[in-house]
Amino acid sequence: MEKDNLICITNLSFTRGKRIIFDDISLNIKRGKITAIMGPSGTGKTTLLQLIGGALKPDHGSIELNGDNVSKLSQSKLYQLRKRIGMLFQSGALFTNLSVFENVAFPLREHTQLSEELIRYLVLMKLQAVGLRGARHLMPSELSGGMSRRVALARAMVLDPELMMYDEPFTGQDPISMGVLVKLIKELNTALGMTSIIVSHDVPETASIADEIYVLSEGKIVGSGTPQLLATDNNPYVNQFMHGLPDGVVPFHYPADEYVLDVFGEEY
Amino acid sequence: MFRYMQHLGHTTISRLHYLGQSAIFILKTIFRWPKPVKSFPLLIQELFSVGVLSLPIITVSGLFIGMVVSLQGYNVLSKFSASEELGQLIALSVVRELGPVVSALLFAGRAGSALTAEIGLMKTTEQLASMEMMGVDPLWRVISPRFWAGVISLPLLSTIFCAVAIFGGYVIGVHWLGVDAGAFWNNMQGSVDFRLDVLNGAIKSIVFGCIVTWIAVYQGIATIPTAEGIGRATTRSVVYASLAVLGLDFVLTALMMGGW
Amino acid sequence: MKLIETFVGLFIVAAVIALFVLAFKVSGISHLNRHNTYQVTADFDNIGNLKPRAAVTIAGVKIGQVISIDLNKASYKAVVTLQIDDNENNIPIDSQASIVTAGLLGANYISLTPGFEDTFLKNGDQIEDTHPAILLEEMIGQLMFSMKNDNADADKEAVQ
Repeated sequence: MEKDNLICITNLSFTRGKRIIFDDISLNIKRGKITAIMGPSGTGKTTLLQLIGGALKPDHGSIELNGDNVSKLSQSKLYQLRKRIGMLFQSGALFTNLSVFENVAFPLREHTQLSEELIRYLVLMKLQAVGLRGARHLMPSELSGGMSRRVALARAMVLDPELMMYDEPFTGQDPISMGVLVKLIKELNTALGMTSIIVSHDVPETASIADEIYVLSEGKIVGSGTPQLLATDNNPYVNQFMHGLPDGVVPFHYPADEYVLDVFGEEY
Repeated sequence: MFRYMQHLGHTTISRLHYLGQSAIFILKTIFRWPKPVKSFPLLIQELFSVGVLSLPIITVSGLFIGMVVSLQGYNVLSKFSASEELGQLIALSVVRELGPVVSALLFAGRAGSALTAEIGLMKTTEQLASMEMMGVDPLWRVISPRFWAGVISLPLLSTIFCAVAIFGGYVIGVHWLGVDAGAFWNNMQGSVDFRLDVLNGAIKSIVFGCIVTWIAVYQGIATIPTAEGIGRATTRSVVYASLAVLGLDFVLTALMMGGW
Repeated sequence: MKLIETFVGLFIVAAVIALFVLAFKVSGISHLNRHNTYQVTADFDNIGNLKPRAAVTIAGVKIGQVISIDLNKASYKAVVTLQIDDNENNIPIDSQASIVTAGLLGANYISLTPGFEDTFLKNGDQIEDTHPAILLEEMIGQLMFSMKNDNADADKEAVQ
């Protein structure tokens, strides 16, 4: 059991100010699989990735990555650990003052003593994998949204991490780059034997590649299982989310008085 | 009454909290003494964008300020038929006050605001967060070279400012207003003391360099990550830095005059 | 990158040049260290506004400077230490030192008037013949006092 799971999250609670983001959740992420964390905007999906990466500390509970409790590691141990984690940010987060080539080379230059020749070889290989070898001299400002996300993907995996975390990889992409990204994530996962976590609310794309899905709502896990299983889940919330229904357990209207009363009432 | 007191207390505590946070931040930056081989090229890069790129505005302003002080000073001094003292007037006012203070203010406007905006932008576009997730400490990769570049650059810029301003004053005073060149330089040399005037001016600009860059990088890192936040942080950086420079200038001058 | 390094190098060179200009052209520290010097002292009743670093001159030519001013606790006189250039090694021992003012409002400095002896001042000697600073305020005060007396006398005469 221990061997199957790369990450074990047990009884995790996290609050930001007075808002409860996670309320006592437990989940396991299986080695070599693609796990998706889904839920509507504002449910703290990105926060979960930051917790796994050790950028935030949980209030209660533990996050174990390969048996190490992430929140208890010293600064230097944590930095060592992060070399084995790749993260794709929602915005791409490319360094604006470096070219595409230098962006991808950045982790190599920081963490290794490789020769210039070897760095060039590795960077071109990763850029080839995302199909942007020809764009290596461009600056990030000259790239389209989809391209910069692919460059960021190349940069995130240049150190061949064992864990890749994707933060909203499909948001704001046109159908073609969305298709490219879906294909890339799937291929990289199988080809390089990585473990992947996808945080997203794009149901069809995520469901098409994920091995397991967790659905979050209001700090709780409301559903989990394979995409096929979740599509037929009886839980009304999961049902509404997976099928994108406009009204259901999550009401269409923001809480308000009765419409008639509000319109014809005296109070403004 | 009670509410006002509470408000005052609350404001004071939150200000102190803010100050304490920024102090911890800068101490961390200073004591994060990094790998020299890797950080030296970074420092050079930042010396270029912080120091060299500020040179034009510093030299041009220095020249004009020297010329203006020369004109104004001559005007007043000639009333007491003491126009030979022009050199002394220019040198003392430039070396003691105008050099360190004006170059610090210009530096805050040119380099400080650029630093804040750059770091703020890196924060807003998650570049700092992604760096951290790659296991690279942004404190030494981004903040530390910029901080040290600022601390090193300002005294150098201020020295150049002084030399250029005195040259400007010399051109106007001697070649235009007709003050005798020998009297100009002799009076200057007779009254300017290297340790008391030049070195004290240099000490001032080192202090200003620390404070201006500190404020600039902290405002950058504390930026609220929105486009509006960057604008506000940049404005705040320049305003706080200018106020700090002028306030500290008074304190330092008082200390130095007191024979410290 | 090469270009940037060059610019940074030039920047630092420019700053060093500027520092040298400030040191030598503006504050003139080259003057003192070029020659060896010797020190003599002189006791004054009153030094007025004399400050350390004030010039020491003969016939208006600068030959050295004041390096320290102390109070002699026994005689209540001001002990002024003068640093004089080694080139001027033929100042007679009976020379006179007086504190004078440059112009009406200028700074005080020390003027040496050479004496006639054949022995010359050397390191550690003391100049005996000194003239204290002339205080403008005192002079004006005396002038006013004598004018008042004159007026009083004139008034008396008028009454008589």
